[in-house]
Formats: sequence, structure tokens, C-alpha cells
Amino acid sequence: MAKPAGPIARTAEAVDDWVGERASVKSFYRKHLSEYWAPKNFNLWYFFGSLSLLVLVNQLLTGIFLTMHYKPDAELAFASVEYIMRDVEWGWLIRYMHSTGASLFFAVVYLHMFRALMYGSYKKPRELVWILGVAIFLILMAESFMGYVLPWGQMSYWGAQVIISLFGAVPYVGEGLVEWIRGDYFVADATLNRFFALHVVALPMVLLLLVVLHLAALHEVGSNNPDGVDIKAKKDAQGRPLDAVPFHPYYTVKDIFGAGVFLLIAAFIVFFWPEGGGKFLKPDNFVMANPLVTPDHIPPVWYFTPFYAILQAVPDKLLGVITMGVAVLILFLVPWLDRSPVRSLRYRSWVSRLALGIFAVAFVRLGMLGLAQDSSTFELRLWTFVYFAFFILMPLWTSFEKTKPVPERVTS
Amino acid sequence: MSETEPLASVQPAADPSRRRLLLASTGVVGAVGVGAAAWPFLASLRPSRKARVVGAPVEVFIGNLEPGQLTRVQWRGSTIGIMRRTERMLADLEKLDERLRDPDSSNLGQQPEYARNLHRSIRPEILVLNVHCTHLGCIPQAIPEVGAQPFDANWLGGFFCPCHRSTFDLAGRVYAGVPASSNLLVPPYSFIDDENVIIGVDPEGAA
Repeated sequence: MAKPAGPIARTAEAVDDWVGERASVKSFYRKHLSEYWAPKNFNLWYFFGSLSLLVLVNQLLTGIFLTMHYKPDAELAFASVEYIMRDVEWGWLIRYMHSTGASLFFAVVYLHMFRALMYGSYKKPRELVWILGVAIFLILMAESFMGYVLPWGQMSYWGAQVIISLFGAVPYVGEGLVEWIRGDYFVADATLNRFFALHVVALPMVLLLLVVLHLAALHEVGSNNPDGVDIKAKKDAQGRPLDAVPFHPYYTVKDIFGAGVFLLIAAFIVFFWPEGGGKFLKPDNFVMANPLVTPDHIPPVWYFTPFYAILQAVPDKLLGVITMGVAVLILFLVPWLDRSPVRSLRYRSWVSRLALGIFAVAFVRLGMLGLAQDSSTFELRLWTFVYFAFFILMPLWTSFEKTKPVPERVTS
Repeated sequence: MSETEPLASVQPAADPSRRRLLLASTGVVGAVGVGAAAWPFLASLRPSRKARVVGAPVEVFIGNLEPGQLTRVQWRGSTIGIMRRTERMLADLEKLDERLRDPDSSNLGQQPEYARNLHRSIRPEILVLNVHCTHLGCIPQAIPEVGAQPFDANWLGGFFCPCHRSTFDLAGRVYAGVPASSNLLVPPYSFIDDENVIIGVDPEGAA
């Protein structure tokens, strides 16, 4: 290769060489982008991973700017949020991008998880990818709950009261634990202040670390695909999987298109429907927190309602809390509950399809029941039962159902 | 022994028991150190000295409380309800046993020993109650009227929690089959005289 002619090009190459001798930037770029071999048959469902990354960046950026105006103080917090909304230049946009971003985060994460359930993306060798993903989901729940407390409106306050007192169900140490979490004898300034610290500093760091690990684990074993075919089984002479394309430029371009469509929808919500009809931001949260007045109805934000419905279905505090906790934690076990020899639903029988379909209905229905004020106890229990039956019976139907032969190459 | 020598070839074989002892003692000392270092951080999250001072006892004048009337005060951030119950209300308490989860206040943590009786109070007519729902801490509405309610056709008066539809009678005893699993909490309290109650202080000789 001829030496570059101009001084700028020469300098650029010198810098490039200098960095190259000291850091493995290029090999990192190759490993994770230009030579990360991704199956060529990704479909629409494969947008949600990169979209959740996009929403994470949105939350971090808008969050940093919100902390520049927000006051984590029980006396000042509510007014400082209203100040952001009314007086800070473009503050309303940044705040709505953040609050709507939280709802969209859960929307894309739920779809991302559903994708994994459909195509068996948690199955060997991707168990660790799944486990890290569920851990991200857990931290995300804590992060969004604490974020919801920060505006210090009535829903913030009473939501915190309800969620923190869940820990009071722990035998013997419950009351002490609750006091320790609140830092006072009731939800107070101390609680708000520590939730701010956790929401803004501690949990985002944990979240970022888990996301890095989630991606590292994925890139170690490679992506699954809608057929559940192991693309590494068929390689060309250079050792490249025959059914794969390099992530960059193929999927970077595809994901940018997906991001464009997603941002269009997100912008519509931010500009025209930022409160989500009371689902993203509750009307009661536009009233400042008042420890003396409990709102008539304390529904959680929509993304928690399925789990909240499960809590309500059990007529005992401790058992209810345990059941709700198990409803989330049982996700960790999915890679071992699924005994099927094939990954993708495409090559499973009608039993698996029906089971996942009913599970999806149960999840949505529980979400609706958790949101309503007067849900029938019978229906709450029925769908809670269905929710758990899906996981508990999974080893059974996945062992006995008749699967179809999986093709050697991905289908187009 | 020189530190630059290659290991296995010249050095005598390591004594595994000495190594185990060293590892174990390092581990134990390290764990104690980490625990001791973590303690200030964990303890810093407990209610501060200021919060504890603010949580001091509260005096309430009840001389003007009408029969059937409920007044609320704040104590340690909790809402304490004080109600002067009527004869009819006290009589109704006896009719409810089989509809309640814990009619005899057998859950000892929910009231001081001196309030463990049918009316769950020191003086039968004066009810002192932490009115936060024992399910998830909301404040139930007081509905003292007898008569059919949307949530109960045979309502004899009591408290109804709007959050998750838990119900309690006029002694704070929880109904069976609702999300709350224990009776409303009776805080420590005592009478200074006939017209003044102090919340947060046990009667003399009781505590």
C-alpha cells in the first residue's frame, strides 16, 4: 500500500497506529460489529434488543439533564418537577421523554422477552444471556419504581408506601427492615433522598454493567434466530457461518431503520399523549404528596400491573408477596423448565404454541385486572393460576410433545 | 529463598496445611473487616437521631369528642384514629366473631397486652387505633353506619380500605377473606386524665 499523501491523512494514520499499538480497538470493532456473524433470517422481533439499548441511552441522557433542575427534598421535589415542566426551557420535553421513555422501555423489554420465549433463545448455550436479561429486568423494575417516587406526588408517595410495606411481610425482621428502607417511621424526606441516590447513581451503574455482560455473553455464543438453527454448524472455507451476515453493516442499517420507526411512534406519544391516558403518569401524581390522605385507588404504572394482580389474588400478605416475587424469579428457571429438543416454536407442536398463547393472554389479562379497581377475585386467581401453570407444567409438555425435524440451514 | 528463582524445580514442595491455614485466616479476618467497614454504611440508612426525636409521644384532647365521632392525629408519620364508640357499636362487636379472621386478638403483635380484649382498648368506649391498613398501609375510610354497603350486604359499621377492599370492624379487627391478614394496630397509649390521651406512652406499670 502506498503511503497516504497529505499531512492530514498521514497524521490520522499515525494516530491510528499509535492507538492500535496500545489498545485493541480494531479487534473489538471486528469482534462485535464487522465480524460478528448474525443469522441472516432475523425478523421484526429482533428489533427490540437494539431498541431497548436506544431507550436506555435516552433515559441516561434525559435523566442527566433532569437532575440539573430537580431537587431531591420532600419540601421541594414536587415544585421542582413543575418548575422543570413550566419554567425550564424545553424542560417539559426532557421530562416527558424521560417519563414516556420508562413506559417504552418496558414495552420493548416485554416484547424482547416474548421473542426469547417464542424462539427458545434462552436454551443451551444461551442460558447465561437469558439469566443476565432477567437480572436486567429486575433492576429495571427497581429503577423505574424509585424513579416514579421522585416527583413526590400522591401516587409517588402512596405507591412507595405500598411497595415498601411489602417488605414488612418478612417474618420477625419485617418491621425493622421497613424502617431501615424508609429511614424514618414513615415514607419521608429520608426515603425520597435515598431513592434519588439509588435511581440516579447506584442502579444505573448496575444496569449498565449488566447490559455489558448481557451483550458480552450473547456475543460469546452468538445470536439465536427464528428457526432456532445453530448457524455455526455450517461454515464456509474461511470459517464463516454460511447463514450469517456481518452485524455491521447489515444489521446496523436494519436497526437504524427500526429505530427510525420507533422514534416516530415515541415522538408521537411524547408530543400528543405524554400521560398515556393516565397510564404513564397518573392524574393523582399531579397533586403533591400528602401523608394524611390516601388516594381512593392506588394502581401501579401499567408495566407492573400483571404482578400487582398476582399480589391481589392471594388472601394473605406474606403469601401474596412470596407469590408475586416467585412470579418474577421463576423466569430465571425457564432454560431448565423447557425440556424440548428444539428451540423455536416453528418446530414444536400445537401444544407449545397454545401454551405460549394462553400465557400471553394471561399476562395481558392480569395486567388489565391489576389496573382495574374492582376486579373479581375469581378471575384474579384464575389467571394467576394460568400464569404459574405455564412455568410449572413446561417440563411436562416440552418433554412429551412431538417436535418437527429442524432444518439444517435457516429458512428464508 | 530468592524471589527470582523458578518455582517448582528448586523449592521444597509447599505444605498444603500451612497454605490452608493462611487462606482460612486471611478469609476470616477479611470477612470481619468487610463486615465492620460495611456497618456504618448500612446503619446510616436507619432513622436518624432527628427522625427519632420527631417520633416523640403526642398528647390529644378528647373532651369534645362526640359519641360516634372519629378524630385523627399524626404520630411518627402514622395516622392515629381516636373514636368515642356508642353503646350500640360496642354491642355489635359481639355479633361478628365468625366473620372475623382474628376475633380474639390472638395475634399478639397487633396490640399491647392492655388492649387485648373484646373492644381492643383501655376504656371500652375510647378506641385508639393506627388506622393504616395492615395490608399495604393505605388509610381505610371509617364507615360507622350500619347497613348494606357495595362491599358487604350485612355491614355493621367499621373501616373499609379503598386500596384493596380490606374490611375491619369498629375495634379494628380484620374480616376473613380480605387481603389484610391482621387486625389494625393499636399503638401504645395511656390516659393522662379523663379528657387527655397520650399516644406513644404505655400506662404506668403496663410496659
